[in-house]
Amino acid sequence: MTQCPECEASVQLKDMIEGEIFSCPDCGVELEVSSAQPFAVAVAPKEKEDWGE
Amino acid sequence: MNNGTTLGLFYTIIRPEEKWILEAAAARGLAVERLADDEVTFPLVQNGMKSDIVLNRSVSHTRSLYALRFFEHYGLPTVNRYEVVNLCGDKILTSLRLQEAGIPTPRTVVALTPEAALRALDEVGYPAVLKPPIGSWGRLMAKVDDREEAEQIIEHKDALASPMHSVFYVQEYVPKPDRDIRVQVIGGAFVAAIYRRSSAWRTNTARGGEGERVEPNAELEELAVKAAEAVGGGVLAVDLMESPNGLVVHEVNHTPEFKTLRAVTGVDIAAKIVDYVCEVARR
Repeated sequence: MTQCPECEASVQLKDMIEGEIFSCPDCGVELEVSSAQPFAVAVAPKEKEDWGE
Repeated sequence: MNNGTTLGLFYTIIRPEEKWILEAAAARGLAVERLADDEVTFPLVQNGMKSDIVLNRSVSHTRSLYALRFFEHYGLPTVNRYEVVNLCGDKILTSLRLQEAGIPTPRTVVALTPEAALRALDEVGYPAVLKPPIGSWGRLMAKVDDREEAEQIIEHKDALASPMHSVFYVQEYVPKPDRDIRVQVIGGAFVAAIYRRSSAWRTNTARGGEGERVEPNAELEELAVKAAEAVGGGVLAVDLMESPNGLVVHEVNHTPEFKTLRAVTGVDIAAKIVDYVCEVARR
């Protein structure tokens, strides 16, 4: 269990792997699993101009 | 179990697509070396990299290009290849290649200054579409309905500092149904297709467009495969529109998302990508 860096809501690791992107269940901000063991999250990187598919 | 091959996954973020690719690799006994594009360093002489082949899933065009060139320099096969990403990541180069290969594509004029962009728009006629040469997900595209609007949009683009916005890619506005078509091609073979439907003129699913099944269509499949091969082949998503004169290809995507495609068609795209990567590694 850790906290959302935006809204401080509790966030749990559920079948997630390092680098995975998910939305905070409370405030909806996009988060990234920065470490799986120990579980830590950071705000996901912002989309840049040359990003795409 | 390890089948002896180590797959390098070069990525920016882990979306469902990358997670499915990792699962498909694990199911095939592949070892995976995760190469985060914001962490890897590239010496001129390779040291310490374990990968036998690299699958590029970075969403950054710039990072992808330099990294792929380094991987090739290290003697590693890559999916997709540097040349393919270079072509597909730049709408101008893609249009040129499609035209050279005789693939129907919307009428396009490129201009290198704001003044020339206005002339390009006059040549194409209104309404027209103005797109940044590099970029995706329908970002910063503009439908231009008349000259007054053109002058305003070009003035705004000119004010942006990025050199990318001082090159103007002008394309005819194709009157089409409220949908376009996304076709997944892997290793020269058709894999799956969906309509991307939206009431807005941009149908990208990244912009909220919805997917819908496409019935088998030999003409569509053949054209998509031909377009994918024209840019060099690999794992590619070809975007087409139904113009009044028939199908036209407007984009070929080199690092395609496939969440919607998988949900609508049920095709395990990640498994097919990993199988193709294994095939390339064996060559």
